[in-house]
Amino acid sequence: MMTEKDLELQNALLAKYDYVKARSVRSADHASFDVPADRLVEFATQLRDVEGFAAVQDCEAIDWGVGAGTRFSVIWHICNHTTHLYIRLCCDAADNEHPSVPSLCGVWSGCNWIEREQFDLMGVNFVGHPDMRRIMMWDEYPYHPLRKDFPLAGVDVPYYDEDTVAQASIKVQPAPQNGGPFVATAGTTKRSSEPCGLDQEWTEGHRKN
Amino acid sequence: MATPIELEFSDSASRENELVRSEKLDLSMGPSHPSTHGVLRLQLEVDGEIVTKCTPVIGYLHRGDDKLAENMTYNQFVPFTDRMDYLAPICNNVAYALAVEKLADLQVPERCAALRVLTCELSRVSSHLLGLGVYAMDVGAMTVFLTTYTERERIYSLFEELTGARLTNSYTRIGGVTRDAPEGWLKKVEIACDKILKGVDEMEALLTRNKIFVDRTKGVGVITKELALRYGLTGVNLRCTGVESDIRKDRPYSGYEQYDFDVPVTTVGDCYDRYLLKTEEIRQSIRIIRQVCKTLPAGPIVAQDAKDIVLPPKSRVLNNIEELIQNFMITTHGPKIPAGEVYFEAENPKGALGFFIHSKGEGHPYRLHVRGPSFISLSTLPELIPGSFVSDIPAILGSLDFVQGECDR
Repeated sequence: MMTEKDLELQNALLAKYDYVKARSVRSADHASFDVPADRLVEFATQLRDVEGFAAVQDCEAIDWGVGAGTRFSVIWHICNHTTHLYIRLCCDAADNEHPSVPSLCGVWSGCNWIEREQFDLMGVNFVGHPDMRRIMMWDEYPYHPLRKDFPLAGVDVPYYDEDTVAQASIKVQPAPQNGGPFVATAGTTKRSSEPCGLDQEWTEGHRKN
Repeated sequence: MATPIELEFSDSASRENELVRSEKLDLSMGPSHPSTHGVLRLQLEVDGEIVTKCTPVIGYLHRGDDKLAENMTYNQFVPFTDRMDYLAPICNNVAYALAVEKLADLQVPERCAALRVLTCELSRVSSHLLGLGVYAMDVGAMTVFLTTYTERERIYSLFEELTGARLTNSYTRIGGVTRDAPEGWLKKVEIACDKILKGVDEMEALLTRNKIFVDRTKGVGVITKELALRYGLTGVNLRCTGVESDIRKDRPYSGYEQYDFDVPVTTVGDCYDRYLLKTEEIRQSIRIIRQVCKTLPAGPIVAQDAKDIVLPPKSRVLNNIEELIQNFMITTHGPKIPAGEVYFEAENPKGALGFFIHSKGEGHPYRLHVRGPSFISLSTLPELIPGSFVSDIPAILGSLDFVQGECDR
């Protein structure tokens, strides 16, 4: 539940900055806002300079699924070390094919790596980021594995190094989890594998004829 | 008497810049270098002995925990949290459990909360002991490592007795902990505390005024307050710059507000300060542990009024059909966690470990993201390291106290 302090902060900021809206998803803890992409950097700068939110804690992108109207949203969590309150900022990415949101790197340097991580794994481009490269996966990796349409088992990846291909005569690197527990072969269901919470098609309600 | 010879000095000394050719060299440190504590690679550009540019390369241990979490029930993810900061697994378990419980608005019984505090603090002590030991070893003091490792072993034995595992404890479940403290265990904890404090004294005697150690750490790797805030550093790395910030005090969780302890803060921000802070934190943690041992309340260790979340006791599952169904549903479909978003941070030995969960009301998270404090600490290296000597890097890395398992996730 949001505490009184969090609610107070949320209402005060909503009254002060009329271009932000309270976030539509239920927040179990902090004040949270939906911010339009064109005012995001302005709002973040105000929060840092006027409201005292000196530190950025975390950044995460969410994929709402292939058919969703807005497919990607990006969330930042920022923190005030004086009042010990947090704020959640959410910004929707405009384009579903090539999603991009403004980078907050100019406001908090800490955004550098955490935004790179989301770019790498979710494929959201951060406009204005000084160093938009992959961070977890290698530079030549072709996919964005955290997207919902990427199979858990992974997919085969072509070797990028020509010398390796010539010497070892292996052209692809096999999918990392193929055949592992909780994992079906890419492209098939998990029905033949162990049951888990996500895949419920083996239950009575979903039984196929 | 010999006539004095008049020495003529060549003017080459004054033409140093002209004669000594400075050439920059690319040097790759890691990914399997003993002082990088795991698989971290630093791509360095050095000018003589001075580092001019540093680019950390991470991801060698990336396992895709975020993706895995989306594909399993809430309880199935607990063992994965062990493998993030594997030097303090129970702290991760507790942070994750508290995040999910906050989302579900679930209160755990007092005894459970106290046991979580107790085991968290024991983990913190063991993590700091190891962290300081390898830090000292990296700057040349081998003996300290043997001392701290011996003391850490006591804590691992205690964990083995309580949870059944030494390293990957998986001690919490959503809404409770797995086992109650065995008989006589608290007494053993108190005895271990006394011995650990003696070990810490011994470590301090070996390090605090050791000329070699002080020379290699004082004034090295100075983090300024401005840099720490800009990058969102937490834990010891933030407190060494003079910012008084400890989530246990600022936003108390799991009943930390009942215990009396101090948060040490220093203002210089160098490697030596971080060593002093960790040493003091061990003492404060032991203060908390002793208070918990004295005041551990009686009662259940799992939440009683959460039928959709907590597994029923095994004895009832085997005899009652209702509990059997409940057990089956929670195991296969996962606990019922209401829809919403939560971001919860807990004060871990390495800094604030955060869990972001977006739930759509199902048995598994729709999106889970982990904020690893080690990841944030390492992101400062491109600003922190340039200008220092190559030989300072082990001291800086050791004092930042990071774990690759948590950084790469």
